[in-house]
Amino acid sequence: MSEFNLSSLSVMMPEIFLAIAAMVLLVAGVLRGNQSTRFICNAAMVALVVALLIMLGCEPSGDIVLNGMFTHDPFTFFMKFLIIIGLIVTLALSVQSLYQDAIIKFEYPILVLFAGIGMLIMVSANDMMSLYVGLELQSLSLYVLASIRRTHLRSAESGMKYFILGAISSGMLLFGISLVYGFTGSTNFDVIASTLAGEVSLGGVIGFVFILAALAFKISAVPFHMWTPDVYEGAPTPVTAFFALVPKIAAMALIIRLLFIPFFAISEQWFQMVWFLSFASMAVGAFAGLRQHNIKRLLAYSSIGNIGYALIGIVAGNEMGLSAILVYLTLYMVMTAGVFGIVLCMRRDGAAVESISDLAGLSRNSPWLAYALALLMFSMSGIPPLAGFFGKFMVFQAAVHSGLYILAVVGVLTSVVAAYYYLRIIKTMFFDEPADKFEGNIEFGRKLVITLSVAFIVLFILNPSPLVEMAQSAVHSLF
Amino acid sequence: MIDFPILSLLTFLPLVGVFFILIIRGDEDIVARNARRVALYMSGFVFLLSIYMLVQFDPASADFQFTETREWFAAFNINYRMGIDGISLFFVLLATFLTPICILASWKSIKTRVKEYMITFLILETFMIGTFCALDTVLFYVFFEGVLIPMFIIIGVWGGARKIYSAFKLFLYTLLGSVLMLVALLALYVQVGTTDISMLIENPVVRDVQMWLFLAFFASFAVKMPMWPVHTWLPDAHVEAPTAGSVILAGVLLKMGGYGFLRFSMPMFPEATEYFAPMIMWLSVIAIIYTSLVALVQEDMKKLIAYSSVAHMGFVTLGIFSATTQGVEGGIFQMLSHGIISAALFLCVGVVYDRLHTREISRYGGLVNNMPKYATVFMLLMLASVGLPGTSGFVGEFLTLMGAFQANTTIAVFATTGVVLGAAYMLVLYRRVVFGESKNKDAAAMKDLTKLEYSYLVPLVLIVLWLGIAPSYVMDRVSPSVEKLLGQYEAGLTVNDNIGQNIAQNINEGTINE
Repeated sequence: MSEFNLSSLSVMMPEIFLAIAAMVLLVAGVLRGNQSTRFICNAAMVALVVALLIMLGCEPSGDIVLNGMFTHDPFTFFMKFLIIIGLIVTLALSVQSLYQDAIIKFEYPILVLFAGIGMLIMVSANDMMSLYVGLELQSLSLYVLASIRRTHLRSAESGMKYFILGAISSGMLLFGISLVYGFTGSTNFDVIASTLAGEVSLGGVIGFVFILAALAFKISAVPFHMWTPDVYEGAPTPVTAFFALVPKIAAMALIIRLLFIPFFAISEQWFQMVWFLSFASMAVGAFAGLRQHNIKRLLAYSSIGNIGYALIGIVAGNEMGLSAILVYLTLYMVMTAGVFGIVLCMRRDGAAVESISDLAGLSRNSPWLAYALALLMFSMSGIPPLAGFFGKFMVFQAAVHSGLYILAVVGVLTSVVAAYYYLRIIKTMFFDEPADKFEGNIEFGRKLVITLSVAFIVLFILNPSPLVEMAQSAVHSLF
Repeated sequence: MIDFPILSLLTFLPLVGVFFILIIRGDEDIVARNARRVALYMSGFVFLLSIYMLVQFDPASADFQFTETREWFAAFNINYRMGIDGISLFFVLLATFLTPICILASWKSIKTRVKEYMITFLILETFMIGTFCALDTVLFYVFFEGVLIPMFIIIGVWGGARKIYSAFKLFLYTLLGSVLMLVALLALYVQVGTTDISMLIENPVVRDVQMWLFLAFFASFAVKMPMWPVHTWLPDAHVEAPTAGSVILAGVLLKMGGYGFLRFSMPMFPEATEYFAPMIMWLSVIAIIYTSLVALVQEDMKKLIAYSSVAHMGFVTLGIFSATTQGVEGGIFQMLSHGIISAALFLCVGVVYDRLHTREISRYGGLVNNMPKYATVFMLLMLASVGLPGTSGFVGEFLTLMGAFQANTTIAVFATTGVVLGAAYMLVLYRRVVFGESKNKDAAAMKDLTKLEYSYLVPLVLIVLWLGIAPSYVMDRVSPSVEKLLGQYEAGLTVNDNIGQNIAQNINEGTINE
């Protein structure tokens, strides 16, 4: 037992700061009521930027503090960086929609902040306990967010669905943790790792399976993906954007840490399971997306497929694979931010429209939006010279390097299938006869997000190395 | 020699044009007019620059010239490498030559979204030139695959009635082939440890691996080429594409497949090439005969020429995989010649299509009466396509058949029947469109070639004749590189690959986890 000292808290300064900021904002919101929503959104963004700066200030030393509960190494640094950026982008995208959709609730930015804190803790967890606490803080905030438009039937339904399924997965997680604890005698990752390295017990493996299943639910890997399309469709679009952008990155970081630190000794066992998750997610994501008419459902299937590609990196099981995942997730987040920025602009007659056919003839009505979305879609289908190609390139490179030829071939083939539905969106925008214009102007924050996202995917090819090198050094700390 | 990075300039100058077009402001007419001009000037300048490159090209050397190396994707040790040899030289010229012609051909016929159209064509030019200049497999892939984006948009936006179906078919067919090549590229990278094309040629992988990689590359290039039986996307794409789209498709994009065979398949996988060559030659013969027969019964002019393209590209693969000097040189020459002739034929179809808005052969007839100049130009091109001596078509077909004879007499005999069939369908087309009675008043009232149409048809006709009469200018520059290629191929067949054995073992064990 290491003794507690204040300096050890410096590693978790960003979380502490955000927690305090969130609570202060909560009080401010309660006092000033819902008309302060915009102010609180902006203040939350400022708080996140400050948290980011604090994090940049503290060295990711890899120290484990709070009796082995919490760690901060280059890997968590990279993931937290992504998460905080994702949170800022979410808020920047959603302010305008909150007002348009009349979800003027000051709780929205605060719940986003709390969910964010939960994710940061998850990513830094070095113990099953801190993992569970972080995960639940995140999940509870997300359940509420999904049903934040509570007078709206679909939003309430999606929140309910998400809550029930999420609760089951949390239960499985707890059950798995208790089994692992029972068979290894500890909840600490390092202790579990050394115990399992000595002797692999069947009970430990079963416990691990429960944990993996619960986390597969969080990243919506097939066969635990059923909730995704419904929740994506039902939740208000800004919330969907949030779901698509951030929580999966946190859950993926958690999976990576679990598989490569406490459970690395049983990699032979998890290799097959993750192989299947990856294979099935790619296939379902590609084929089930073909028949979707709702753009949010389509993006849900697209995210399932993309998780499948990212999982290839885990199956590859080496530094190359993991750095590929990090690059893949980063690029995916950038593209998703742009896509949702545009989906949020789809409004007619004072309500959001969500059908793909609503995009018809967008290239005539708002050409820049159409070009932006077309570039994003080509990038999502992995066509060079856009950034999406490099994500796929690295993942498949890792797969081929580790001899996973089947996954690589399945991956490229499903990416052709998926290209069909991405192309269908481009087709609708460019080749179909124009429908009515979308109404409402685009606020600065959203415009900025879309512009940055498109600029990033177009210009990424000029110098892909820095991101890749960052990912490589981040992953290096896990081995 | 040239002391500035001419290949990068050629490749990326069109993007500068794109930038200029993007900043044009004003009402639609002004934008359209200026966009056309910028695109024409820019592509014209790129063409002049490529002529300068041709003049500076050292014909005696078989090595890559004008090479550039710059750090690009350092984390993966993938560099930006450009360079051309005798094989790629003329493909670059083909691309730089046909782009301004396409822009001229679209001057009047494209009336909607002119700005976007010109932008797409300039972007397309960048990708085309880049494909032929890239000396790194990943860079090559980026350009090769990038072509799909502008092509999809050209067909989808400015195409005919079934444009959406055709655009999707083109995109997904080619993508399917290409992604398999991507996996093969990655496997090659993992095996040899580099993406540098010349290094990959020097370090061939073991035979078993070659077989798989060859098939993956074949999937991509055969679709692009296109070879029978994966050619079905081509007639659809051609029929629905606007005239200039067809010109680029037939003129340059199909050549990427043949170029790929020469740059990757043959030198990198010599043993697999030798193993699969007979099969590919038979496929080529089937393509030649089958698509010629199909062409005979077409009622749509563009479809007929599209099928004839498949047949002509059959001669190319026949020549290349005969792996003889005449065959390979003939294959390259046939690609160049077909690039010019088919481009010109599609332009000829475009000329009458712009007047009558139909491509149905039966709606025309007797054009010789009211369009004598058109009839003359069309006849020259038709005869060139048939392979009349004195035109470029003859040289290519003759050389490829000569190469095929050396490799396999039976195949060559069958292939030669394709020449006869080729004459049949082209002559039938010409007779039905140009001679005979005029069948409707509109066709009889059509005006002869305009100055604009002259401006893009005459250069093509002159080149067809020049290539036919004096092929040596091209051949002198192509042969050293072809000799080198065949030298590498022969060396690859006899190489004793001890190093490769170890890698093969790793593959067979299929080890994971580091």
